[in-house]
Amino acid sequence: MSRLSIVTQNKAQKTVEELYKDLERRISASPSGLCPVDLAASFLKLCHAQSCGKCVPCRVGLGQLEKLMEKVLDGEAQLDTITLIEKTAKNIFYSADCAIGYEAAKMVLKGIKGFRDDFEEHILRGRCKMELNQPVPCVSQCPAGVDIPGYIALVAEGRYGDAVRLIRKDNPLPAVCGLICEHPCEVRCRRTLIDDPVNIRGLKRFAVDHAGEVPLPVPAVSTGKKIAVIGGGPGGISAAYYLALMGHDVTIFEQRKKLGGMLRYGIPNYRLPREILDQEIKHLLSIGIHVKTEITVGENPSIVDLRKEYDAVYIAIGAQTDRKIGMEGEDAKGVISAVEMLRSIGDEEMPDFAGKDIIVIGGGNVAMDVARSAIRLGAKRLRIAYRRRAADMTAMQEEVEGAVAEGCELLDLHAPLRIEKDQEGNVAALWVKPQIIGPVQNGRPIPMDSEQEDLRLACDLVIVAIGQGIESKAFAEQGIPVKRGVIDALGWSGINTKDITGVFAGGDCVTGPATVIRAIAAGKVAAANIDDYLGYHHTISSDVEIPEVRLDDRKSCARVNMRERQASERAKDFQLIEQGMTLEEANQEARRCLRCDHFGFGCLKGGRVEKW
Amino acid sequence: MVKITINGRQIEAKEGMTILDAAASAGILIPTLCYLRDINEIGACRVCMVEVEGCAKLVTACNNKIWDGMVVYTNSPKVRESRRNNVELILSQHDCQCATCVRSGNCTLQTIANDLGILDLPFEKELPKTKWPMDFPLIRDAKKCIKCMRCVQICDKIQGLNIWDVAGTGSRTTVDVSKNRKIQDADCALCGQCITHCPVGALRERDDIQKVLDVLADPEKITIVQMAPAIRTAWGESLGLSREFATAKRLVAALRQIGFQYIFDTTFGADLTIMEEGSEFLEKIKNEENEKFPMFTSCCPGWVRFMKSQYPDMADQLSTAKSPQQMFGAIAKSYYAKLLNVEPEKICSISIMPCIAKKQEAALPTMNSAGAGQDVDIVLTTREIVRLIRSEHILVENLKEEEFDMPLGMGSGAGVIFGATGGVMEAALRSAYYLLTGRNPDPDSFSKVRGMDGWKEAEFNLAGKTVKVAIASGLGNTRRLMKAIRKGKVSYHFVEIMACPGGCVGGGGQPIKDGKEFAKERGSVLYGLDKVNHLRFSHENLAVQKCYQDYLGEPLSHLAHELLHTDHHAWKMPGEEK
Repeated sequence: MSRLSIVTQNKAQKTVEELYKDLERRISASPSGLCPVDLAASFLKLCHAQSCGKCVPCRVGLGQLEKLMEKVLDGEAQLDTITLIEKTAKNIFYSADCAIGYEAAKMVLKGIKGFRDDFEEHILRGRCKMELNQPVPCVSQCPAGVDIPGYIALVAEGRYGDAVRLIRKDNPLPAVCGLICEHPCEVRCRRTLIDDPVNIRGLKRFAVDHAGEVPLPVPAVSTGKKIAVIGGGPGGISAAYYLALMGHDVTIFEQRKKLGGMLRYGIPNYRLPREILDQEIKHLLSIGIHVKTEITVGENPSIVDLRKEYDAVYIAIGAQTDRKIGMEGEDAKGVISAVEMLRSIGDEEMPDFAGKDIIVIGGGNVAMDVARSAIRLGAKRLRIAYRRRAADMTAMQEEVEGAVAEGCELLDLHAPLRIEKDQEGNVAALWVKPQIIGPVQNGRPIPMDSEQEDLRLACDLVIVAIGQGIESKAFAEQGIPVKRGVIDALGWSGINTKDITGVFAGGDCVTGPATVIRAIAAGKVAAANIDDYLGYHHTISSDVEIPEVRLDDRKSCARVNMRERQASERAKDFQLIEQGMTLEEANQEARRCLRCDHFGFGCLKGGRVEKW
Repeated sequence: MVKITINGRQIEAKEGMTILDAAASAGILIPTLCYLRDINEIGACRVCMVEVEGCAKLVTACNNKIWDGMVVYTNSPKVRESRRNNVELILSQHDCQCATCVRSGNCTLQTIANDLGILDLPFEKELPKTKWPMDFPLIRDAKKCIKCMRCVQICDKIQGLNIWDVAGTGSRTTVDVSKNRKIQDADCALCGQCITHCPVGALRERDDIQKVLDVLADPEKITIVQMAPAIRTAWGESLGLSREFATAKRLVAALRQIGFQYIFDTTFGADLTIMEEGSEFLEKIKNEENEKFPMFTSCCPGWVRFMKSQYPDMADQLSTAKSPQQMFGAIAKSYYAKLLNVEPEKICSISIMPCIAKKQEAALPTMNSAGAGQDVDIVLTTREIVRLIRSEHILVENLKEEEFDMPLGMGSGAGVIFGATGGVMEAALRSAYYLLTGRNPDPDSFSKVRGMDGWKEAEFNLAGKTVKVAIASGLGNTRRLMKAIRKGKVSYHFVEIMACPGGCVGGGGQPIKDGKEFAKERGSVLYGLDKVNHLRFSHENLAVQKCYQDYLGEPLSHLAHELLHTDHHAWKMPGEEK
C-alpha cells in the first residue's frame, strides 16, 4: 500500500470528458426556434446529474423541479405550478450548499423570468409558440439569407461562376464579403456537431477568386420609376443593384469622392484591397445605376427636394461620425479620431506616423484597424488601451491576434482618464486608471477602478476608436423621425409618418453601427419593399441548378483555417494579409458541408428560398 | 441510363431516378411510409432505409438519387434491423387500436408492421394527450399521428391553405393546426384531402353512421337517400368490386337491403342546379354592363368556404344557387313531402357524398328552407356508406342492380358529370345554349372543358355571344386563378371551381388507397355514363320539368328562390368580418 498515488483517468472518465466536449460543441451549434421550456427542463436534468447528492435542495429539489417542468410541457400543469417552480427554485437558490445546486436553481429562475409566456402557453393551450422558420442554420444566421449550402455544393463541383451567381441573388457583394464578412453563418453551423464549423467565408472567397468575371443578370423591363439612394455604402449599393435589376432607374447620391462607404473609408486595404472593392462596385454599377458623388443630401438637395424628383428614396447614410470620449485634453493636437484617420486613408491621403509613439483607445474592430494601419504607417510603438480584459474586446479574435502579432501591445484593464498636453498643446501623455474586473452584467463583465495608482503613458498621438454615430440632424429637420440618434424606420425599412411617403431607410443609420452583411440585408429588404410600394412585384431569383447531395460526407474532418502572410512581412505594407485556400483545401472544406438544405428539416420546409 | 447493382443484381436505370424508383423498376420493393410522390419526399419515417456501399450510414431510398456504379442493398442485416427498429419506434407512439380503427385493413403502418412480422414491441407506449372537438366534421387523433407530415404538405402544396403545421420541437414535436389556432377557428375548407392522404387513422371524417341507424330504427321516420354522382365511381373500390360491377344501381340494391325507403339520385339536384344557376348566369349575361364577372359556381362547399375566407370581397360573385345536395334536400322536404302526402318533419333526408365539407354545409343555419329542420339531416361520406354496407354483412358481389325510386331518381348525363372537374360547366353550357337559341347543341360540343388540368379555360359562341369560361380544381390552382383574376391578367364570364383535385371524384370523402390518385379514372366513369344516358341535357330531365310545372313555377321564381337559392353572407367563416 502506498501512502499517495498518482490519479489517472479511467476509461469511463476519459469517455465522459470526450462527451463533455461533444456536448459543448452541440450546445454552441444549437439551432434556433427550439422550445425554451423543453430546453430548460433538459438543462435541469443535466444539472441534477451533476449533483453529488449530499444536500436536500439539490438532490431532491432539482428532481422535483424537473417533474414540474415536465408537467408544464405535457400540458398537465396549472398556472400556480409556475409559482411552485419559482418558490422551490428560490429555496434551492438560497439553501443549496454549493454552486451545483444554487446555480442550477438560478438557471430555472432565469428561464421563468425570460420566457414565462412560453410556460403559460404550454399550461393554458398545451402548445409551444416556437416555430422553426428557417431550418438551415447558416442561412438562418445570415442576415441576407444567402443560399449557403447551395453555393458550397457548387464550389465542391468547381462551378465557381454559378456559386457567385447564386450568392448574388441575395448578396450582390460576394467579393467584399468573401474577405471581410463577419460570417455569422458559421456560428451555428451543424458541422460543429461533428468537428468544427465549415469555413464558409473562406469558400466564398475561393469561389470569387476562381470565378473570373461573372456576368450580371439582365434587368427587368424598365418601369420608368426613379429612385434615389442616399449613401453609396454596401447597403445603398445593394438596394440600388436590386432595384435596378427590377427595372427601376436608380441614382446613388454619395457624399464622398468614391462609393464604398465604410468598405472604403473604414476598412483598411490589407483586409479589403481597393482593386477588389473598385472592381466589384464597377461591375454592379454596369447594370445601369447612376452615381452622383460629393453631394451631401440633407443640405443640398434636401430630402424633400429629392422626394419631389424621385418616386422613392432610400436613406442608407450609415454611421459616419466619430464619437467623442469626453475627457480632459481631448482637444490636444495629436488626438485623432479613428473615423477621420480611416477616411483620409480611404481617399489615399496617408498620414505619416514615422517614429511616433501611439496609443489607440478602444477594443472594437475599428480600434484594431487603426492600430494595424498605424503600424503600417511607421509607428514606432503602438499600444491599445482598453477598459476591460483583452478577452472582452468586441473585435473579432483574429483581428486582436493579428494586431498583437504585428507588434501592437495590449493594455487591457486601462481606462483612459485624461490627456496631458505639452506647452504647445500637443499630446504629451495619456493618463489611465488601472481597472479590476468586476461582476458580469448582461453577459459582459464590468471593469471598476482598482486601488492602483493612476498611470502616465507618455506618447505622441492618441487615436480614439470608441464607436461611431449617425449624422441625422439634417434629416430630422426635414421631418424624418429620429429616435435616440438613429433614423426611426420600421422592420420593412419604411418611414411611417403622416407627411412622408415613399421614403425608406436602413442599415447602420437605422440600427447603429453594425456589420456589412446587415447593411446588405437591409438594402435587400428595402429594394423589395420599395418595389412593392411602387406597385410592382418583381422577384429576384437565380436559375443556377443546385448539385444533388452526396451521401458520403459525414466522416470527421477538421476545418481548414485561412492562412495569413507572416506578421513581420505584412506589417510593412497595406497589401492583403489573408491568403486564399488552395484548390485541395477548398475541395475538402466544401465537402464538409452537411447539406442541411436536404438533410433534416430542410427537405420538409424552408430548405431553399428560391426567390424573393 | 446508369448501371447500378441492387442486392447483387445489375440493373440499368434512368439517371436522376431515386433509389426507390430504380429498385421498383427492377421489381425490388422497398417499403415506404411517410413518402408521397412529389408531395412528401422528406425521409422522415426512415422505413425506406437502404445500405449503399461506401456510405457508413444508411440512406433513405425515397429521396436520394442513384449514381453510376452505385451498389445498394435493400435487405442487408443492417437494413433489416434498422427498418424493423424504426417501425417499432413508430408503433411505440401510435395508438394501435386496430380493431376499432377506420383504417384497419387499409393502413400503411399496419401493413408494414404485419409485413415485417412484428409481434411484440420492445418499447413502452408513449401517447400524447390532446383534445379535439369530436363534433367537427374533420377529426384528428393525435395518438395515431405518426408525424409523416403528409397532411401538412398536401394542404400547403396542393390546397395552398396551410391549415396544418409542424408544432413544437424536440420530443413533443407533432402536427397541429397552424398558427396556434383551434380547428374551429381556422379557415379550413374541409376538403378532406389531408384525410385521403393520411397513411394511418390519425385523420378521418366524423362518423355519422349511428345517426343513420337510429333513424332506421325509428318507425315514425321516412328515410330519403340521395347519392352524389361521384359515389358510383368509387364505392366498390374498398369492397373489392370492379368499377363496372359497382354501379349506382347496385348501390341502390344495397341501400334497399339496409332498409332505406326512398333512394334517389343527387343528379336530379344537379339538373335542378343547372336550371337555376344557368338561368342566373343568362340573366347576368343579358345585363352584362351592370353585372360583375366572372360568376362563380357554388356547388362545392369547400370552395364556398375558401372564397368566403380568402376573398370575402368577391363572395357576391358566387352563384346564389344552392348546391345539388341542398337543392335536393329542400325539394325532398317540400315538393316530395307533398307528393308523399306526409308531414315533412317525418322525413329524414340523408345524403351520400364524396365530401367532408358537405357535412358542414348541411348543418349551416341557412340550409333549412323547407321549414322542417335541416333540409339534409345526415351526410355520409362514401367511406361511411361502405362501412355501413360492411356492417350489414351484405354480400355485395351477389347484388342485382335495382332502379332508383322516382321521380327524384331521374338524372341526366349532364347532371352526372357534376362529379368531375369541368362537369358543372359543361352541363351549364349545354343548357345555356338551349335556353339562348331554343335548340340543343351537340352534347359533346363543350368537351374542351374536360380533363385533369388544374386550370382550364375555353371560349364558346352562344347565340353570337362569346362566353369565356374557366375551370379550376384543387385550391392551390384555384388561388392561382383567383390571383390572376384579381390582378386583371385574365377575365371570364363564368368560372367553375371544385376544391378537390379532379373534382368530387377525387373528393376527401372517397375511398382511400395510399399512394394512388383515382380522380381521373373515376371521372372517366362519369363521362361514360353521360355518353350512354338517353338524357344529355338537364333541361330535358322530365322529373325536373314536372317539378317546375307542378310546384316551383319556373327557374328563379319566388318559390325557387326561397327553396333553391341561398345567401352566402348569412353565415360566417372563422375570421370573416361580422
